Amino acid sequence: MAYVAVQGGREAIDRACDLNEYRRQGAASRPLELAQIREQLHLAVDRVMGEGGLYAPDLAALALRQAAGDTIEASFLLRAHRATLPRIGESLPDSTSEMRMVRRISSAFKDVPGGQILGPTSDYTLRLLELDRLDDPERRRQVIRERVFRGLPDPGEMPDTFPRVVELLRQDGLVEDPGTEDAEPFDITRRSVAFPAPRSARLQALARGETGGLLLLAYSSMRGYGHIHPTLAELRVGYLPLRMTNPVTGESVVAGEVLVTEAEVVSRFSNPEGEPRFHMGYGLCLGHNEIKAISMGVLDRCMRTETPTCPAEDQEFVLYHSDGIESMGFSNHWKLPHYVDFLSDLDRLRKARENMAGQDGSHARA
Amino acid sequence: MLAREWLEKAETGIPTFGFLDDGAKKDVRRALLKAVAIPGYQVPYGSREMPLARGWGTGGIQITLSMLLPSDVVKVIDQGCDGSVNAVNIKKFYERVAGVAITTDTLEATLVQTRHRIPEEKMTDRQILVLQVPYPEALREVESSEVQTRRMHSEADYARMWLHLYEDIVHFGEIRISYRYPCTVNGRHVMDPSPIPRWDVPKLHMADTLFLFGAGRERRIYAVPPYTRVEPLEFDDHKFRVEDFSGKSCGRCGATDTFLDEILGPGGSRTYCCSDTGYCDKRKAKWIRS
Repeated sequence: MAYVAVQGGREAIDRACDLNEYRRQGAASRPLELAQIREQLHLAVDRVMGEGGLYAPDLAALALRQAAGDTIEASFLLRAHRATLPRIGESLPDSTSEMRMVRRISSAFKDVPGGQILGPTSDYTLRLLELDRLDDPERRRQVIRERVFRGLPDPGEMPDTFPRVVELLRQDGLVEDPGTEDAEPFDITRRSVAFPAPRSARLQALARGETGGLLLLAYSSMRGYGHIHPTLAELRVGYLPLRMTNPVTGESVVAGEVLVTEAEVVSRFSNPEGEPRFHMGYGLCLGHNEIKAISMGVLDRCMRTETPTCPAEDQEFVLYHSDGIESMGFSNHWKLPHYVDFLSDLDRLRKARENMAGQDGSHARA
Repeated sequence: MLAREWLEKAETGIPTFGFLDDGAKKDVRRALLKAVAIPGYQVPYGSREMPLARGWGTGGIQITLSMLLPSDVVKVIDQGCDGSVNAVNIKKFYERVAGVAITTDTLEATLVQTRHRIPEEKMTDRQILVLQVPYPEALREVESSEVQTRRMHSEADYARMWLHLYEDIVHFGEIRISYRYPCTVNGRHVMDPSPIPRWDVPKLHMADTLFLFGAGRERRIYAVPPYTRVEPLEFDDHKFRVEDFSGKSCGRCGATDTFLDEILGPGGSRTYCCSDTGYCDKRKAKWIRS
């Protein structure tokens, strides 16, 4: 299959697409069902929904299957699909204190009102390949179900609301109030962002950012290229009610619920002028993606440093380089033909060598 | 019991006693010997992948595993607590790969591994404390580059660290370093004592116990041998101070001489209890008996 720019590439290209689909389908194994992906690869589904900017578990599962498990490619499919959908309205702002909690921890305090809820997490597992469990997944499913459903606490014991840890610190004046922006939230999907970007634009860009990219930038700051030493005041995973105004009656109605991850970090004070307070950083993304929410919280805090001294504190650096779909697209574009550009490059190089040769013959030997 | 005998009885699927292969253990022990010989100096070593994530104590775990004997009695704490997530996780791992006895009593343990605390009870010269370290480099705060910080250590060039502390005093009237307080070890190297609170720093000074520090992600091991000077950086007119708990006491055991956790209650109310739960339990049990 030649890579040609002359006439006649059409058939080769079609064949390459077919081959891609053929390879994805596999040979000996049964086709993947969407329900399997949605349920059993749910973290990948969540990641794709967040980066794709569309809360649609079924479509995200479909995208993952179509992209053969490549999360950036799958997010791309989802985001491209999103562009075809009309925007029928905007949800109403909501507090997360009424989240239907799946997991909620604070590493700032040993105990907090509402309690620490560990929830489902791999944090406390040993990362050993379960080689002995390869053969009988059905039996294992049975065993775990029995263990989980035995001794379930009474749902009545769960509090309805969970006061936010940051709010409690704020009552004592220990944490800054980030304030609210009067203007309508900036929407980076509708307008081109200018710098310094409003906080709503920064948070939106982070929410759509690529998990690995955000992690890299946040980690650079925590490790040594930055001065933010975050404490995770609170990390929450749970379902938020999606409230909208009914266009006919004007009443607020709950249209459904959305699984989100939220992180609030506080960091060392650094305000020589005013009263010393902790600064805070906020992260919220679609789905269950703790690394992303924490990275967002750290970067939100970093980007509010007044005089940036490292990449993670520089808004332009962070916001222009953390979108996985944009950066993937551009990095892949180098595979497109660049014959014309390169010919022009060659021309300049050859000319320069000729000029050098005119001065000194020893440089001209090819 | 010998490691070989233990292995014969152990569950299948674990290739060696203590998870690490002998070559890896030897690597770690070699680094430990060098670390003890040059107190406070960060020895680079080939950190191995552990079945726990980086940042979850893999440096401390490798040190412990490299030294562990089947006869050891191990205590593991996370922020002072035996029951906290990281400690529970690590103990599960040790039980599985080495079958060692676990205790919550500091004085009963032969080896204590800790994240961010030194136990309240004074440890002896028969015990070892292994500290988990996220940031081995005390100078990272003032210099991002590893090449530069290594040069600064080799030249004992600590001017920027001193300046950093001085500027804090000028700007805030206080040194803002809360935990991970930099110390001079044996009058030579400035060392990061791991994120222990300032409260615990004096316990490192001229102690009976060997302290070993492991940073798995950053691939460094360092040590404070017994009877070594460990002096927090301070100025003649601005002395190092530990956390202030005056007027507060533990709500469980009544202690007024321990590091206290602050617990948030409904409506923002505050209560306190010992961060060292093993010690707190012991005091409480004694109090109930008497």
